[in-house]
Amino acid sequence: MTRAMTVDLSRRSTPAVPRLRRADKWAAAVLLFPALLGFVLFYLYPTVRGVYYSMTDFNLLKDPGFVGAENFRTLVADPQVWTSLRITAVFALGNLVVMLVLALGLAALMQRLRLRTWVRSLLLLPWLVPNVAIALIWGWLLDANVGFLKNLLDSIGIEGVTFYNPDAALWIVVGISVWSGLGYTALLLYAGMLQVPAELYEAAALDGASETRMFFRLTLPLIRPVLALVLVVSLIGSFQVFDLVQVGYGNNPIPEVRVIYYYIYQQAFAFYKMGYASAIAILLVVILGVLTYVQMRLMRANRSDLS
Amino acid sequence: MSAIATPLRTSRAWRPAVGQRPARRPRPAVRPGRVMAWVAVTVVIVATVFPFFWMVRTAFTPAAGLIEEAGRLWPTDPTLVNFRRVLGLTSVEESVAAGGTGAAIDFVRYTANSLLYAGSVAVIQTLSCAAAAYAFARLHFRGRDALFGLVLAGLMVPGIFTLLPNFALMRELGLLNTMVGLVAPALLMSPFTIFFLRQFFLSLPTDVEGAAMLDGVGSLGRFWRIALPMSRGPLATMMLITLVGMWKDYLWPLVAGSSPETRVLTVALGVFQQQSPNTAPDWTGLMAGATLSVVPVLLLLVLLGRQLVQSLNFSGGK
Repeated sequence: MTRAMTVDLSRRSTPAVPRLRRADKWAAAVLLFPALLGFVLFYLYPTVRGVYYSMTDFNLLKDPGFVGAENFRTLVADPQVWTSLRITAVFALGNLVVMLVLALGLAALMQRLRLRTWVRSLLLLPWLVPNVAIALIWGWLLDANVGFLKNLLDSIGIEGVTFYNPDAALWIVVGISVWSGLGYTALLLYAGMLQVPAELYEAAALDGASETRMFFRLTLPLIRPVLALVLVVSLIGSFQVFDLVQVGYGNNPIPEVRVIYYYIYQQAFAFYKMGYASAIAILLVVILGVLTYVQMRLMRANRSDLS
Repeated sequence: MSAIATPLRTSRAWRPAVGQRPARRPRPAVRPGRVMAWVAVTVVIVATVFPFFWMVRTAFTPAAGLIEEAGRLWPTDPTLVNFRRVLGLTSVEESVAAGGTGAAIDFVRYTANSLLYAGSVAVIQTLSCAAAAYAFARLHFRGRDALFGLVLAGLMVPGIFTLLPNFALMRELGLLNTMVGLVAPALLMSPFTIFFLRQFFLSLPTDVEGAAMLDGVGSLGRFWRIALPMSRGPLATMMLITLVGMWKDYLWPLVAGSSPETRVLTVALGVFQQQSPNTAPDWTGLMAGATLSVVPVLLLLVLLGRQLVQSLNFSGGK
């Protein structure tokens, strides 16, 4: 309809149409006002301010003083920035790969076994629980002394999976993150799978295709838009991991899990280096922008083979 | 994303055929593939639920039993003392005797704060974004697509980048540790909600609105009296997803509202944990607190589990 309404909305069209269009403008202004107010005040304005802060020595106590590119020079020479970024990237990659493989498997199982709704809602439980509680639960399960899961793993010969073990900590955080997001991600992918017409599976089955082959040749290509969305959202989310670390490992986490979000938080709210923290945040914005762009290009996300 | 515009309700119709097809043939008594599949699903379900069971189990365990009965599935001598001391219903001496520090969580207040924080944002943000989404989907004005692109760019910006200046802003306005300051940044706007609802409005058939337009109903009327009532489902979905997200939110409430008056449950739990000694954490107390914080979520799951799952189907099916 929208198209039909505007096809010939040039000035010379019938008098009724421009009036409608003017009405549109006012209606749009009214409808957009609340959301745009929020956007300007809490997205746009802080973006401008954040960029400005990154070029100042702002520390909350005195007015920001302009320092040019100094924060960025410090940043480049600050080994902790790069260490934190490396840790975060490892976390994000691990989280993305493990989660995606498991979630695809689980979604395929949901599709094949046609799990009842209440079973699927059970799988959603960890998604509903705040990371703060999740960090506590897993800290306890993997407690070095009496952690139930730690003891269980010990008894089958897998040792050293304790929460504070520096060698295992990052992978434990990956594991917890996968555990808590698995049901949610699988449900999203499952929803995508429901959109694949059943006739395709029937045709493939008549041709003698195996379940595995159908999964890789039919399901996977056809759910690409959902897959792309999930990938991009989890990637951006993974780079923002914070709660699990800050609560699980306390206010002074072991070095192995100092993710970039934690480092920014620490600079801003423990050392009050708002300017420096903003500079690191800008670096993060740039990295995420590039990664998202590359990912969307690789996945050709805006096109589905369906339809 | 051409799939986005496909009608969503049809998804159910496709479902049965997938799994039922083999049923027509005589099936072998046990199919190894299916058994394996059920085993895998069972493992996932147990792995999902067990940590929560263990949390509850620990919450009912007396501090003394923590080590002695570390491997038992249920304590021989279950107790409520951990809940009582977390809620501040015991004296400090009694709390210390039970392995605590005397620290308590003003559970009722923080839950109320959490509900207020999550509830107000979920409702107001969804409505405000619905209005904007309708304008982006249906109305024509100069710069519409550029503006929408700008809004979408907000999706890619990590929260902490705007969190820092927002914190400074709230501080200048004297709104730190107030509910107004806490809800303000998220109250009116979420790029994702606008994106999601715009997609929905685009997929709505236009004939009803077209008829209303011919009858002289203005754009605002068409939004309010036609489009909104027709999109109760997606609106509820968005409110639910936002509610869960805000309920779990931690970083912003931590920096902008950690004083007792505005402290939300997640922050309270974090504070409670930080009061517990690192060397000998008060696990029974922590698990009692965690259990209490999961109860509202469990209620939500029991009451709305079906809707939640279906609304995810809905948002993922796009």
